Amino acid sequence: MTVNARNPLSALKSHLAAACAAAALLIAASGAQSADLNALIWCDHSDPALLQPFEEANNVQVNVKEFEGTGAGLAIVDQSQPGDWDVMVIDSIDVPRGVEKGLFEPLPEDKLPFADLFAEVKMDKSTIVDGKRYGITEKFGYNTIGFNKTKVDPADMQSLASLTSDKYKGKIAIYDYYLPVIGMAALAIGKKTADLTEADLPALKAELLKMKANAKLVGEVTASQTALATGEVDVLVGGGEWVTAGLAKENPALDFSIPKEGAVLWSQSLAMFKDSKNKDMALKFIQYVLSPEGQARLATSACYWGMPANKKAALSDEQKKILRFDEQPGFLARAQAYPAPNADLDKKMQDMWTEMLQAQ
Amino acid sequence: MTFTGHNGRALPWALVTPALAWTLLFFVLPFVAMGLSSLTAHEGDGFTLANYSQFFTDSSYWRAMVNSLEVTAIVTVISILLAYPFAWILAEMVPERWQRLALMLAVLPFWTSYVVRSYSWLLVLAQNGVINRALTGIGLTAEPLQLANTRFATVTGFVHFFVMLLTLTIFANLKQLSPSYRKAAADLGAGPVRTFLHVVLPLTLPGIMVGAFLTFVLCIGDYITPQILGGNNELVMPQLVMMQIGRRGDFPLASALSIILMAVVTVAYLACARWLKIERA
Repeated sequence: MTVNARNPLSALKSHLAAACAAAALLIAASGAQSADLNALIWCDHSDPALLQPFEEANNVQVNVKEFEGTGAGLAIVDQSQPGDWDVMVIDSIDVPRGVEKGLFEPLPEDKLPFADLFAEVKMDKSTIVDGKRYGITEKFGYNTIGFNKTKVDPADMQSLASLTSDKYKGKIAIYDYYLPVIGMAALAIGKKTADLTEADLPALKAELLKMKANAKLVGEVTASQTALATGEVDVLVGGGEWVTAGLAKENPALDFSIPKEGAVLWSQSLAMFKDSKNKDMALKFIQYVLSPEGQARLATSACYWGMPANKKAALSDEQKKILRFDEQPGFLARAQAYPAPNADLDKKMQDMWTEMLQAQ
Repeated sequence: MTFTGHNGRALPWALVTPALAWTLLFFVLPFVAMGLSSLTAHEGDGFTLANYSQFFTDSSYWRAMVNSLEVTAIVTVISILLAYPFAWILAEMVPERWQRLALMLAVLPFWTSYVVRSYSWLLVLAQNGVINRALTGIGLTAEPLQLANTRFATVTGFVHFFVMLLTLTIFANLKQLSPSYRKAAADLGAGPVRTFLHVVLPLTLPGIMVGAFLTFVLCIGDYITPQILGGNNELVMPQLVMMQIGRRGDFPLASALSIILMAVVTVAYLACARWLKIERA
């Protein structure tokens, strides 16, 4: 039920936003100087091994604030003053959400190594809006099947059908992020992630419920990683190199596969804020992260590993082996992008996910 | 210095103004903002009750509230049943000089963060955890039991924390209880059991209820323990609130769910306050 009325909330919201802005920035950038760089980031960017070389080379302090989920990140921006933030890490498919809000500055393509990126992860449909590029992919990977190869038959892991077969009942964990796992359910029933509509929801729900019936738990990043690492489960739906690569030294039995039906490609981008007061430094930061050295450090960040978007990333042979660098062309050929639903379908997908979580 | 007349009337206001300002700034205003936000749509303008109607019409949302209430009730009851004997032992059987050390040991769980404590329990209850290894090692079970990622695990994590909270409130109540009551009951011919049931227990009920209410509030508002130990196999309300914020940033729906959660806590408070007159405890 909606009552049309002159809405006083926008004024209230703006006042609240102003009140909250100082607090948000104070937390992130206590002691910040005007020359500092304020970055809204995911946890992989808070690794000192990534930030320190840039800070020392440019005599600048990078103030970071971590967030999880585009909604939470955009909420922080909403509660900040224009100019508070310089750069942001964002799901590549969500770059248009920031552009629609008028947040981002077009990036100078000639000053960034676009030619060195894996062609499949440039994500032009998302990162280019009205002919201008607003985001550059810095890291990517797959939501696919992560598994313990000493506990399961690796041949089984070449098909998504294994996730719903009785053979692995009670041995499976599901990564708790609805979009990629719904994407995997789509692949399992032969749908393309880019073509999903509301009409597909019943079939997707049935597939998700079958997965849930086999699952011991549905966990966020740490919980699902812990479950796989401790042997609580042998298979992780939605896992991938981001789970197994960082644990490779301690537990070489962990691995991931790109099944014959394909996998869901995750991709994170860097964007620059239109109101940044430090655009030169923001661009330098983006250039650094996209450089071969920055890419190697970001790819092997302590928080989670992932494939560098730049093919020239300065990874060691061992790191490349763990990330299965040489197999990327084949993986990318079978990968499909995250589902990118509109707001209405997104809401329905999240409600479907809630139903799946509640299913016994 | 004495205050009379106008100054005398102003002083009480001057003394309570900081507290009132604090409450207004950090409780009333945010609450009003949240209430207004809950009446808006995630996309678009205008007031709407859609966020509330979704809760009452969507069974999976409603189920989250049922789960929350069930888990909270179980945790509260188990915590009381465990805490009362523990508090009794502390107050009556542990020598005075050891009570301080015992109390310090009782509050030790509060020194550990929710997250660390929950992950510790996960490792204890896991398939390869301490309990399952012990059970299979001594041959009590052939296969490891499913302990982690269940409601049992969530309740265990909560009880570990809240039993100590309840112990402290009940212990304080027991220590305040004058020994004269028990002497009088004994003089009148009551045995230890009757004295406990008819004198001690009724007089310590306010302490139990204060602890129970604190347990209720903290338990029903926590999402970390169910998230980590419950394995997301059944959602509770705070998890549902967090889900709305993560990717979609649906603050209106999250606000509506929070208001509903707060209403439940308010009802619980009113029930407790009216029944046992907590304000006079």
